[in-house]
Amino acid sequence: MGFMNLFKTFFSAHWGIHPADDRKRPAADQPVRTMPVPARLHLPLQQHLGAPAKPCVQVGETVNKGQLLAGAAGGVSAPIHAPTSGTIVAIEEVIAPHLSGLATPAMVLAADGRDEWCELTPCAEPFALAPEEIAERVAAAGVVGLGGAAFPSAVKLAGAARAKVHTLILNGGECEPYLSCDDRLMRDRAAGIVEGIRLMLRATGACRALIGIEDNKPEAIAAMQVAAAACPEIRVAVVPARYPMGSEKQLIQTLTGGEVPAGGLPADIGVVVHNVGTALAVRAAVVEGQPLISRLVTVNGGAARAPGNIEVRIGTLVEEVLAFAGGVDDAALARRVLGGPMMGMQVAHWRVPVTKGISGILALDAGEAAAQAAQDCIRCGNCIEACPMGLLPLEMRARVAAGTLAQALDFGLKDCMACGCCAYVCPAHIPLVQYFAHAKGQLAADERAAAKLDATKQLAQQKQDRLAREAREKAEAAARRKAERAAQEAAAAAKEGAKA
Amino acid sequence: MNTVAQTLIAAPHAHGGNSVTRTMLQVQIALVPATLFSFWLFGWPAFFVWLTCIAACLACEALCLRLAGRPVRPALADGSAALTGWLLALSLPPWSPWWVPVVGAGIAIIVAKQVFGGLGQNVFNPAMVARVALLVSFPLPLTQWVAPLAASPGLVDSLWIFLTGAPLPDAMASASLLGHGKTELARGVDLAQAFAASSAPALSWSGVRAGSLGESASLLLLLGGLYLLALRVIRWPIPLAVLAGLAVPAAMAHAVDPARYLDATTHLLSGAAVLGAFFIATDYVTSPNTTAGQLLFGAGIGLMTWIIRTWGGYPEGMAFAVLMLNALTPAIDRLCKPRILGRDRRGKALAVQGEQP
Repeated sequence: MGFMNLFKTFFSAHWGIHPADDRKRPAADQPVRTMPVPARLHLPLQQHLGAPAKPCVQVGETVNKGQLLAGAAGGVSAPIHAPTSGTIVAIEEVIAPHLSGLATPAMVLAADGRDEWCELTPCAEPFALAPEEIAERVAAAGVVGLGGAAFPSAVKLAGAARAKVHTLILNGGECEPYLSCDDRLMRDRAAGIVEGIRLMLRATGACRALIGIEDNKPEAIAAMQVAAAACPEIRVAVVPARYPMGSEKQLIQTLTGGEVPAGGLPADIGVVVHNVGTALAVRAAVVEGQPLISRLVTVNGGAARAPGNIEVRIGTLVEEVLAFAGGVDDAALARRVLGGPMMGMQVAHWRVPVTKGISGILALDAGEAAAQAAQDCIRCGNCIEACPMGLLPLEMRARVAAGTLAQALDFGLKDCMACGCCAYVCPAHIPLVQYFAHAKGQLAADERAAAKLDATKQLAQQKQDRLAREAREKAEAAARRKAERAAQEAAAAAKEGAKA
Repeated sequence: MNTVAQTLIAAPHAHGGNSVTRTMLQVQIALVPATLFSFWLFGWPAFFVWLTCIAACLACEALCLRLAGRPVRPALADGSAALTGWLLALSLPPWSPWWVPVVGAGIAIIVAKQVFGGLGQNVFNPAMVARVALLVSFPLPLTQWVAPLAASPGLVDSLWIFLTGAPLPDAMASASLLGHGKTELARGVDLAQAFAASSAPALSWSGVRAGSLGESASLLLLLGGLYLLALRVIRWPIPLAVLAGLAVPAAMAHAVDPARYLDATTHLLSGAAVLGAFFIATDYVTSPNTTAGQLLFGAGIGLMTWIIRTWGGYPEGMAFAVLMLNALTPAIDRLCKPRILGRDRRGKALAVQGEQP
């Protein structure tokens, strides 16, 4: 055994990072606070991956809590519901919770204070529903992946059922430092999560569920073990706390040993992964008939006065959430981040709405933000050791910096998932992720330009063909007319000849 | 609220706290015990050699940066030039005259580092380029070894020795162990007899023996190396492979003919084996960066060192071996890419699996 351990130390993968202080506590240990409904809610139509939702109510219309405001548009999309009762006062552009700071179309709902539900359709016997019916109810409730990617959950459930997956993995890893909303949900609402998991097992047809939880959350592990004790098909699997353990491919590999093929989906190896928070939303959608109108958000960071987890209605401005949570020390504030510190995005101001995919609001102080000027790469190889995908970040960066993107692709640029481990460990403070994001953007622009060029070429070719065809047809017509005239003249001459 | 700088940057918004300066500093801390031991062993002249190496390296670095129009202060503060100077000092004879460290620093920093583009761009280890260039150009001062604890000249006398490069009196001169073995073998005396003579330098575990600054204190250097391993400043593959690459062929040859081939312990404890394995070959810039590549690289250095020591024209071959393998580093890096998750070794996406239970 000793030898095996030694072997493991030397030869097992050492991907990822293990921050000495994950900064999850004390926020994780605070009881959840529920924020009252604000006066106005700003609901972007694009809160999920896929096509933006299409509004189905008019400005001025009065709506009840849970009423459909915008329907799903197309195969990959999700509807949006009213988080409270009130009046739609505008459909306009608001600043998106995004690095770009660009505006995005959104509905603005003025709350009436009654917070009255519309008519819901609960289901007394949810386990009697057919798998497709479960997926339909999840789709209708606008449930998306709550881990951050915000992929429409119903699409994933239906896809998993089609692919006949055997294992459902619940992602309770929550590997990002600072965040603890999933931890809190697992501690407080374990029974609801387990019921959601059972519904998801039914919807996907998987025969077992593994709940992957990092070993830095002993309370959540204990709570989930108790809740899942009665279900032999559901097992809590403790995984080492190591970022990015909550990344789909890494979690699957750790729990099942399987590797998702590059460019493929977990379903390709018989697995589907959902977030634990999503399981709870699935339960609410299927059992209570409640759409996704609120979520748990972690407020944290050195400049946050009272870190903790807040239950927030979708569409609440981050500014208001922070004010409710105890405020921000503006003098200490160095960086505003939505999401986790590793993959979250920096925003210029707090006047952006909380959307379905936002798991954290971080007010980082100067020490945490750790902004430093980049130095020369010393080829130390820390980034290679940290990369969970087995890439060579230092080589990729050198190629991107030199502008030779084709070579960067050879080193696996497309397999980079921007987890940020490389930049985290870089002693020279090189913003590696920024290089890769730039390169991916450039490649996408190049592809678009190439596609446009192809389309232009095709159009030009079609025009040339058309002109040639027209000229040919004209010439043929002229020749035909000439021949006809000649024939007529010949006939006339012949007639004349006959007369004579 | 608007006091926050509005430069938005990509994630991550956290950092592990490692820095280039800290890394270089840790390597220097690891070198302290062996260096202090050498000062005790060889007296003030050794200290002057060390000091001049570092000062000259910093001066050359500053000069080059100024000529290139790059900021000088941050580059000097990263500690890389000082470390190069320190490693160069450890590879020189302890009583070298002043111009040896100065010329060496010029070669290391200007020719081997800055001409290639500065930190991170050089192909060859700067300290080793300097040592080899000095050895080939000035063989005499580079092979003058002072006997350990032979004399402890005072501060003024030491400065005189350092500045004038006065030749060593015979009584104080000594041969390094590897040099002695090589000379005796060339004279036709086998190793058993060569080391039986009372005048022969003994293999000393304590490190009290003739040699360059970094050759004597092998065990203290090993201690420093283990410290770097524990801090994860360096990784295990290169040191292990270098030592194994040297010890395995040495042990095999010694078993076959002890009269012609030195044993593995002597090989490991003499010359620059430990210094090379832990501090020179592990140079980030000039070594491969995957585990497989590092094993290959280290083994190559160990083996080449043994070959040069055994059959080459020089008694010590570590510097040559390091430079040879430095040249192969880009090729090794190309050969030993890690496997990307979800792809096979050739970069093709893994096959989609069928249904499973």
